[in-house]
Amino acid sequence: MIDQIVQGVLLGGYYALVACGLSFMYGVMRIINLAHGSLAILAAFLVWYIAEHLGVSPFIALLIVVPIMAALGWILQRTVLDRSLRSGPLTPLLSTFGIAIIIDNLLFERFGADTRSLAPDIGDLSYKSWTLPGGVTVGQLGLLTLGTAVVLIVGLQLFLKYAPLGRAIRATAEDPDTAELMGINSRSVYAAAAAIALATVAIAGAFLGMRSTFDAYSGGAQLIFAFEAVVIGGTGSLWGTLLGAIALGVAQNLGAQVNPRGFLIAGHLLFFCVLAVRFFAAGGFSLGWLKALRPRQPA
Amino acid sequence: MTDSVSVRRWSSVSIITVVGLVGIIAILAFGPLFLGEYWTSRITTLFIYVILAVMWNALAGYAGLVSVGQQAFFGLGAYVVVRLSDGGIPVYPAIALAPVIVAVLALVLSPLALRLRGGEFAIGMWVFAELSHLLVNLDSLIQGETGRSLLAISAFAPDVRRANNYWFALGAMTIFLALVFVLLRSRAGASVQAIRDNEEAAASVGVRVMSTKRIIFVLAAAGCAAAGALTLSTLITFQPKTFFSVQWTAYMIFMTLVGGLGTFEGPIVGAVVFFIVESLFGGSGVWYLVTLGATALVFSLWVPRGIWGTLSARSGLQLMPIGYRLVFGDKRAAEENAQA
Amino acid sequence: MSVLSVEALDARHGLLKAVRGVSFTVPQGEILALVGANGAGKTTLLRTIAGAHKASSGKVIFDGTDVSNVPANKRTRAGIALVPEGRRLFGEMTVEENLLVAGRTGRKGPWNFTTVLEAFPMLQPLAQRKGNDLSGGQQQATAIGRALMTNPRLLLIDELSLGLSPVAVNAVYESLQTVIASGATIVLVEQDLSRVLRVSTRIACMLEGRIMLEGRTSDLTKEQITDSYFGLRRGAAHEVDA
Repeated sequence: MIDQIVQGVLLGGYYALVACGLSFMYGVMRIINLAHGSLAILAAFLVWYIAEHLGVSPFIALLIVVPIMAALGWILQRTVLDRSLRSGPLTPLLSTFGIAIIIDNLLFERFGADTRSLAPDIGDLSYKSWTLPGGVTVGQLGLLTLGTAVVLIVGLQLFLKYAPLGRAIRATAEDPDTAELMGINSRSVYAAAAAIALATVAIAGAFLGMRSTFDAYSGGAQLIFAFEAVVIGGTGSLWGTLLGAIALGVAQNLGAQVNPRGFLIAGHLLFFCVLAVRFFAAGGFSLGWLKALRPRQPA
Repeated sequence: MTDSVSVRRWSSVSIITVVGLVGIIAILAFGPLFLGEYWTSRITTLFIYVILAVMWNALAGYAGLVSVGQQAFFGLGAYVVVRLSDGGIPVYPAIALAPVIVAVLALVLSPLALRLRGGEFAIGMWVFAELSHLLVNLDSLIQGETGRSLLAISAFAPDVRRANNYWFALGAMTIFLALVFVLLRSRAGASVQAIRDNEEAAASVGVRVMSTKRIIFVLAAAGCAAAGALTLSTLITFQPKTFFSVQWTAYMIFMTLVGGLGTFEGPIVGAVVFFIVESLFGGSGVWYLVTLGATALVFSLWVPRGIWGTLSARSGLQLMPIGYRLVFGDKRAAEENAQA
Repeated sequence: MSVLSVEALDARHGLLKAVRGVSFTVPQGEILALVGANGAGKTTLLRTIAGAHKASSGKVIFDGTDVSNVPANKRTRAGIALVPEGRRLFGEMTVEENLLVAGRTGRKGPWNFTTVLEAFPMLQPLAQRKGNDLSGGQQQATAIGRALMTNPRLLLIDELSLGLSPVAVNAVYESLQTVIASGATIVLVEQDLSRVLRVSTRIACMLEGRIMLEGRTSDLTKEQITDSYFGLRRGAAHEVDA
């Protein structure tokens, strides 16, 4: 059981990686990017492609892919997301969903139905592990993933706190109109935030490929994991997202013990339980909905 | 100020439209007698698409709730039919019963679901769809992704089955259109525009936000369940992967955006457009899906009112008597666009 | 040479005209007090000058350049700063961060983090306190300091004394002396007429979106101003036709 928990924590490291970009974008722009998972898969394919064709390790490939994805984030914000933000509350969801479908299917068109993996490109990193006293195995890759997630989150927090652009992002996130009055170009700030978010997505995609297989349609699952991690941990804090991600990983691993299909089910159930607790710590019920059906008369 | 102003709900245009609609439905009822095999099936599918579009539009356009998880109810509707049929209930009554059962489930889910907002609701419903899919997989009757055939329906001769499917689909579509119509003309309907525009302000003047949303949420679940049950009757085999696929939401989003979010006529237009596109381009293949996604994207950003919405706004045309019109004493009609 | 020149400016909220055909100029180094009842259009006017609100017609000319179509952040970089109504501090950020985030306009001038704190000594012990945890007077001082960090040529202050105790208002106005001494041009909205008469060099009175009275403070009497405020009688010094 301890072993399962440890594996869950390490899995949580990956979830934290894929979730922090989603959390970041939501914190800054109040947008939930439904294309988030698909973009991670796009990054994974890019890393795979470069690793295969240039014969380099995925980590080297990341040096190329991260800037590409960051630039893509910038472009996405300046073209689609910026317009969506101004159009109304539903539009960002609809437009990002459209983008997700486009990305998924273009990837399928280009790369077909085969699943891919980056494991062959990282040699023994994918399976080497340390055995702790008590028989618990800690995979090197898993630990590296978790470590990367922590470093990334710390980096983001420091950036937001101390860097001038970080401050500008926080100010714009809080009050974009007043930020404009202070000389901050809010559109540029949002674009920078999107670039940062997609840079993290690139890293997440690479680690996904290293730890497991992926295919053109894996994006939806990644989005759901990322979102569950954010919600379980409580929106509003990157550290919360890390904790939520770990909780998700642990729940999934424990669920798998109960039933082979229990892996995913346990995660979803934890998600709903957290939501229920969060809401019903405050509320009650109402049956007044029947009254709303009475026909109305013109005044 | 003019001396006498009355508020009318009906105009000559809307009377003609409603009479026309009833007429069309009556004519459609004779479909299976005139249409061949192929077209009976195709038009059945069109009815199903209309239901899906109208339901998704009700959720997003009236209640302001974007759901990326309506496939949950679609799949559950089909699953309930399989289960009921396996339990001995005749097929067509099972198809009629499934939406009711799923509606109850939605009602139970609603206190939790409706506390979610915006993107949280969107993905939350997707999670619910995934969870439903996984739980259905656990059913030994379904055996994971193997699925199960609706054996009982094979007892019907193919053309009888096709005709029954057609009439049930037509009936379901009529019922759900009528329900939405009644909803929009009721108190809840007036709330709908207010909720869409500004929920807090609406609540502050006494609009029963939660009740209205709940009604729409349950209705949309029932509609999607009916669509799923009907789709099962045409496909005969229930494969969880097909019925719980997020593809269905993609279709719904396309239809509603292209037709016109938030209008009554819009989703019907969108369903017809989708049907035509699907008939012309085969309905599968990546470029088809890419085009769907790209169209949804383009419409959401540049044609937010959809085809119908843009036409309606330009011409001031309102076919259905949902809004209010001011009629002045001297018979000048000023159109008040209070349509939800 | 006038720092600010407003010509036939119209601004709307939806269909409601909040600013109607407003024209005036503010020469360099002057302090223009904008008075008027609530709803007269003063806030909308300031916001339109700063670029936070789009004018429906008319022009805003700053230092001889027409900035009517320039977005707010560029106007700030050009030298217009607004202290918004209600202060609008970044509540989750500290005083220091509020000041620093505004200091990135790249404009040269006497104002930086150190000099702002010197001008507003009350803020010195509060540098690490969050905006939400400040009192009204402290927030106002921070908001003015924040605007100063952009080294403006034109400082617009909306409702300077709103919600502040008399002591706090005195403190803020004292700090404002340094600003005035450094040669900035100021337009401020103020309800306290005696304060207005003491501090300002020019006065404009607005009513229902129009300027009813405008002139040098030394040329106007308190009675003329109050009459104009309530729309009772036309002023003698300079009439702007309703």
